[in-house]
Formats: sequence, structure tokens, C-alpha cells
Amino acid sequence: MTHMITLEIDGHGQTVEDGITVLAALSQTGIGCTRLSITGQPRSALCGMGICQECRVAVDGLRRLACQTLVKSGMRVRTLSGGA
Amino acid sequence: MTHCAHTNILILGAGPAGLAAAGAAATSGRSVTLVDDNSCPGGQIWRMRPGGQSQASPLASALARSPHVQIHQGTRCVWVAGSHQVMLDAEQGGWLQTFDQLIICSGARELLLPFPGWTLPGVTGVGGLQALIKSGVSVKGQRIVIAGSGPLLLASARTAQQAGATIVRVAEQAAAASLARAAIGLWRWPNKLQQAVTLFTPVHRPNCQVLEATGTQKVEGVRLRQGKREHHLACDRVACGFGLVPNTEVAQALGLTPQAHQGIAVNDLQQTQLTHVFAAGECTGIGGAEKAWVEGEIAGLAASGQWELAQKKRAERARWHAFARHMQRNWPADHSATAAAMKPDTLVCRCEDIPAAELADCTGWIEAKLHTRCGMGPCQGKVCGTAAATLWGWQPPPVGQLMHPCRIGSLANIPCRHGPASSTAGS
Repeated sequence: MTHMITLEIDGHGQTVEDGITVLAALSQTGIGCTRLSITGQPRSALCGMGICQECRVAVDGLRRLACQTLVKSGMRVRTLSGGA
Repeated sequence: MTHCAHTNILILGAGPAGLAAAGAAATSGRSVTLVDDNSCPGGQIWRMRPGGQSQASPLASALARSPHVQIHQGTRCVWVAGSHQVMLDAEQGGWLQTFDQLIICSGARELLLPFPGWTLPGVTGVGGLQALIKSGVSVKGQRIVIAGSGPLLLASARTAQQAGATIVRVAEQAAAASLARAAIGLWRWPNKLQQAVTLFTPVHRPNCQVLEATGTQKVEGVRLRQGKREHHLACDRVACGFGLVPNTEVAQALGLTPQAHQGIAVNDLQQTQLTHVFAAGECTGIGGAEKAWVEGEIAGLAASGQWELAQKKRAERARWHAFARHMQRNWPADHSATAAAMKPDTLVCRCEDIPAAELADCTGWIEAKLHTRCGMGPCQGKVCGTAAATLWGWQPPPVGQLMHPCRIGSLANIPCRHGPASSTAGS
């Protein structure tokens, strides 16, 4: 039986499988964009392994890479739609 | 919080090389600290989820039980503070780690090359696609086109297919004759030949290049050229693999100059020009998990003073070095088609959104940085700098003091500089 946890993504409560990355949680929630580029283009993970920085999001107020951060119960994730 | 810690042998990276190195070094009874930036050991090839299983599991569990080994997952080396000290950064903060011997097992990253549409969400590396799937991203029911060159294309296609995706096309740049030569020579490495046979897919096309990823908010399709014919395929993801590039930042920061694109120079006992620094695995040259494993064993034995045992592994090392040479000779990377597909408005630097047109008059990396801010964003040129070196022959950017973005609080945590002899453990 898969253990499920609840976290907050862009202000909405979401229930996802434990042990997955924040990036996987975003994709399961239908969010395909982690940030807007400095010219406003939608972006998401490119390298998947902590090099390209495209999947950076705010996790509990700190900038983290969604591809290398595991979900935790009660975590607050905010995608960077302001081009940060 | 410990601000400063000492270990006999520090190992950076817990992929096949780092795990093998830790296992071998731990038998000496000396203290071993294994540091890795992912949440679980295994590197990219044996990547797993917490509680999951991979080829890394048995050794990782044994290491976790060893009284001589400390493992720090989710931890990065962000700064080389001296010849025997580095700064490590984790979620809970940073600390200065001193060591007697260092084994760099930093692996490789994918060579990611710019082409029209490559910034659209849904375009990833081929290894990147595997990493995403293994970390829980669902590709079930998605149509995926895989393009580029090299054996990783087929491995990635298999991973995606097993996860429920439909592989629409595997577009391999190399010509059929070259692929046949690569495959035929594999009889010398039977397990690799078997892998090649089992991975082959009927949607594989040689002499086929990606020209453009199409879509507005995300990938909706891809334009390919096979021989002289161009065609468009609808898809939900495009995964590109143009090759792998050794991660050599730590070695560069230590003053070791890696040969361009060939990795950190080592002798046949994995020792660098600095006698207390060893390197093993893909960061010393691309060759796969078997090469990384035996190199890791040698490095771990040599770094812990078990030189005779290390020497006994040299024949196995030579066998996998021959495999690496065979693949490089017969599966040569030709990026001219990708370079030709680039348009003036194709973004080269994704962090600063710098298009190719703005770089057209630049003659080198420094000039590009000064005039356009190319490579000055969060990835610090790890993507575009490597692309510019590959496509235009620009000397790769020198490694910055801080190798990865890190929080100011982590830097502020360091009370003072300590040498190895005066290292202390804080509260």
C-alpha cells in the first residue's frame, strides 16, 4: 500500500505519494511549468539531475530544485511565476 | 550544528564509483565520509526512491551499517576552501569538511545542446527523462520522441516504455554503418552485447536529426530530418541525448586541469597529480557503470593505503577502458546538424535568455559573458558553456568560487578557516 501525504502547491492542498520529488508532485498535479524565464517564457526541468536549475521553486520559503527535493507532509511549494 | 568536521577519506558522489570506493576504503578501518547531492545513493544509473531497490541497495545498506562510514545524502560540495577542505551544503545548513584524502566521484552530466524549441517544458535530456521517471514523474500514455546520439537513447526509451509511454521515434544521428560497427565489436563484452540486443526498438532510425521542438506553452511536436526528408511528429515529450560530459568542477577548483571533455587525468591507480586526491568513474572519462565500479574500488583501496590490492584490479580496469575506447571510436559525436539547425532567435543561455544572434559576434566565452550576461545565471554556464565549447570550440568557462547556488546562511555558518590538524566538531 502506497503511503500518501498532503502538501500545499501554489496555495492548494494536494495529496501525493510519499517518496516522490517535488517535481513529480507538480507534474501529477498537472503543473508543467516550474518558473517563468526572465523574458516570461514557461520553463520546466531540463536535466533532471540538479545541474540546469530550471526546476527551481520555493519550498517553505527557500529556493530548492524540485528535481532533487523529496515531498514532505505539510510542505509548502510555490512555483516561481514571477521570473525569479 | 557541526560547523567543521574531519574525516580520513572524503568521497564526493555516491554513484557506482563512489559506492565502490567507500566499500573498498571502509575495509581499511579508516574513517570514510560519503557525500551525495541526491536524496538516495546510486547516482543517476542506479537512481532509486527512498525505500526503493536498485543495484546500489546491497552496498548502500552495508555502508550505512559500517562504523567507519558516514553518509550524507542531499548534500553538495559548493566550495573548495583549500587543498584539504571543502564546504558542504545541505538542507539544514553548511559545514567545512576537512580530509586527508579525497576521492572525486562526481560523475557526468548530459551534454545539452540548443536547438529551436529546446526551452519548452517537456524537452529534457535522455538521462534527465530517466531520472524524472525514477523520481515519480508519470509518463503513462504520453507520446515521446527520443533524439540525439549514443546508447543512452535506447536505455531511456526502454525506461519510458516500461513506465507506460509510447515511444514514437528514436532518432539517432549516427549513420547505420557506424552503429553496425559499434554493435559488432561488442562480442568482447558479452553483457553489453546482450544489453544492445534487448534494448533495440523498431522505431529506431539512424541518420536522423532533431531540427525543432514545436509548441507554445509546452512541447506539442518535433520536426526531424532523416537523410534528406523532413517530417513532423506529434508528441508530449522530447528527450535529447547528445553525449555526456564529465563533472570536473571540484578538480578544477583544486588546480587540476582536466583535459577538455575527457575528464580528470588520473594514473592507473586513479591518483591525480595531487597525491592525496583520487578520481574515479565518469568524471575521469565516459565509460559506463562497470568502468566506474572498478575505478571506484581501485581509488578506495589506493586512498586507504591498500596499494597491492588496488594493483590487482588493473586488468579489470583495462578491460572496461577498452570498452570505453570502442564506443568512442565507433559512435563518434557529430554535432554539425544540431549547430546548423540553430536559428538567430534560438536561446543559447536559458538562465539569462540570450539568443544565438546576440552571441554571433563574440569570439569566446569571456567576451560573451561581458557583453551579454551569457552563462551568468544560476547554472553558471554549466549548460550553455558546455554547449558553446562543443559547438563553437570556446574554451569552457573557468569554475567559479561557488560551484552551486547556496544559501548565504550556509556561508555565514563557517566561523573561521581550519586546517586538517586543527579541525573541530562543533555543538
